[in-house]
Amino acid sequence: MADTTGMATAAAPPPTVGPSGWLADQVAALGAAAMATVAGIGDVALFTLRTLGWILARRQRRDVLLPSFYQIGVMSLPVVALTGLFIGMVLAVQSYGQFRALGLQTRLGSVINLSLVRELGPVLAATMLAGRVGSAMAAELGTMRVTEQIDALESMGANPIYYLVVPRFLGCLVLIPSLTVMADFMGVLGGYLYSHLVLNIDYHHYWENSRAYVDAFDFLMGIFKSFFFGAAIALVSCHHGFHCDPGAEGVGRAATNAFVHSFVLILLLDLFLGIGLNNVHDFFRPEGPRRLL
Amino acid sequence: MPVAAPARTAVPAAAEHPLVRVIDLDVRFGRNEVLRGISLEIPAGETLAVLGESGCGKTVLLKTLIGLVRPTAGDVLFEGRSLPRLNDRELAHLRTRYGFVFQGAALFDSYTIADNIAFPLREHTRLGAAEIDEIVVSLLDEVGLPRSALVKKPAELSGGMRKRAGLARALALDPQLILYDEPTTGLDPIMSDVINELIMKVRNRGGVTSVVVTHDLKTARKVADRIIMLYPAFRLRADEPQIVFDGTPAELDRSRDPRIRQFVEGRAGSRLTEMQEEQGLVADDAHNADAAPDEEES
Repeated sequence: MADTTGMATAAAPPPTVGPSGWLADQVAALGAAAMATVAGIGDVALFTLRTLGWILARRQRRDVLLPSFYQIGVMSLPVVALTGLFIGMVLAVQSYGQFRALGLQTRLGSVINLSLVRELGPVLAATMLAGRVGSAMAAELGTMRVTEQIDALESMGANPIYYLVVPRFLGCLVLIPSLTVMADFMGVLGGYLYSHLVLNIDYHHYWENSRAYVDAFDFLMGIFKSFFFGAAIALVSCHHGFHCDPGAEGVGRAATNAFVHSFVLILLLDLFLGIGLNNVHDFFRPEGPRRLL
Repeated sequence: MPVAAPARTAVPAAAEHPLVRVIDLDVRFGRNEVLRGISLEIPAGETLAVLGESGCGKTVLLKTLIGLVRPTAGDVLFEGRSLPRLNDRELAHLRTRYGFVFQGAALFDSYTIADNIAFPLREHTRLGAAEIDEIVVSLLDEVGLPRSALVKKPAELSGGMRKRAGLARALALDPQLILYDEPTTGLDPIMSDVINELIMKVRNRGGVTSVVVTHDLKTARKVADRIIMLYPAFRLRADEPQIVFDGTPAELDRSRDPRIRQFVEGRAGSRLTEMQEEQGLVADDAHNADAAPDEEES
């Protein structure tokens, strides 16, 4: 299918000869890659603005929203719960040796639960969402692009962003906090069950230490970050679907790239939001971080 | 390069106020020139067939007429309004007067046939559910689909049924201009003729203008008042027009232009050799890339 975006594609430079020519080719290739990256980021930014514009411009239709929400939220719950449970148990397995060496087994709850609600819960829920829903969104929209269904929407005077992107964006944005809560809860449960039943750690001290070191801010920090992860997954995945190359190979590549780019973006956002939110925490609690050990 | 047969230059009387005007249209994707200097007028009520070999830019021209592809240069006017200059809202509104029948029907996979046909009505009218259902059923009857198709998903229908469902959806808003992209491709001869008859039936709905992009000569001869033929831009010299024929179906058969004769008679000519040479160029890098793509036919 023809590229209907009208964007000029970078032309391959003519081959040059000799070592200086080879160097020039490498520099040209680097420049072309840099230009393509900048253009790609700009394209995603415009895509984001258009999506936000359509959220405000027109009320969403219930019959379009509900199937999206069901796919994104309800259908993702089991896999998020299962992975959350296991990651909680794995944390207990991996931390126990170090803590026992220091004689601080009862503090295991604090490190497991703090890691979960601050980092692992939100990142795990987002990763599962990117893998389960993001790839599927890219493949579905990519297939619609390849089979001209997106063109058909436009030809009937309907906006594809409004019909295809906004419901998926809202689904990810609104439901990822619930998935994060589920990952947190199952992780906390898994960590506790393994610590108590297998490692024989006293439940009273386990929970007392958890309560002392994990507060509402830690939990809300994870939930706050998850909104950004959800938005990133939806936008990156839908963008890949919309700009899918022709054929089965193009659809496959869009699905793969949707996951890889979403995942990288989740980790980048996690880093920068983590730094920012720690500063916010220090602002409200100038006494500094509580010592775990 | 052979000399082009004299193209029909006389403007029909109805073209004084053409529904669609294409003015000096260029479309390029990167370095790939697809359409070059296309000028065309389509009077209201006319059925125009656009012929041409695969890759000559027929579908791109069709998509440019509805604003799905933006021109690199030139203009496309619908009732005197320039499509490239309209904003998204105006363009969406204008498109309610178009119907587009896609090559693969482009029905929405996740919707039933009833929902597909009802989609433009729900999007652009304030009709109640009962009225919409009534229109959907009458459209289904018009294209000869059984009622049982209403509840089916597109994947459950045959190619011919999908095409007819796509036509029913395109007719939902009573469009003034219907664009058909390869309407008979991939269908058996009988179903192809059913589609041809539907195109003619739609034309007689009252003032409907149709543009049929096809490489099926039988379709073009049967449904068209006028035929234009596009030639791939990369095979043309800089001064040659891309529309190599503009006339009636009878004039097409009488044309002596070797490019038109080759298409009408379905002769490969030197194409296979050219393609093999092209592959050789990629593999060996031995030949000069400037090798003229012109074919020597007489």
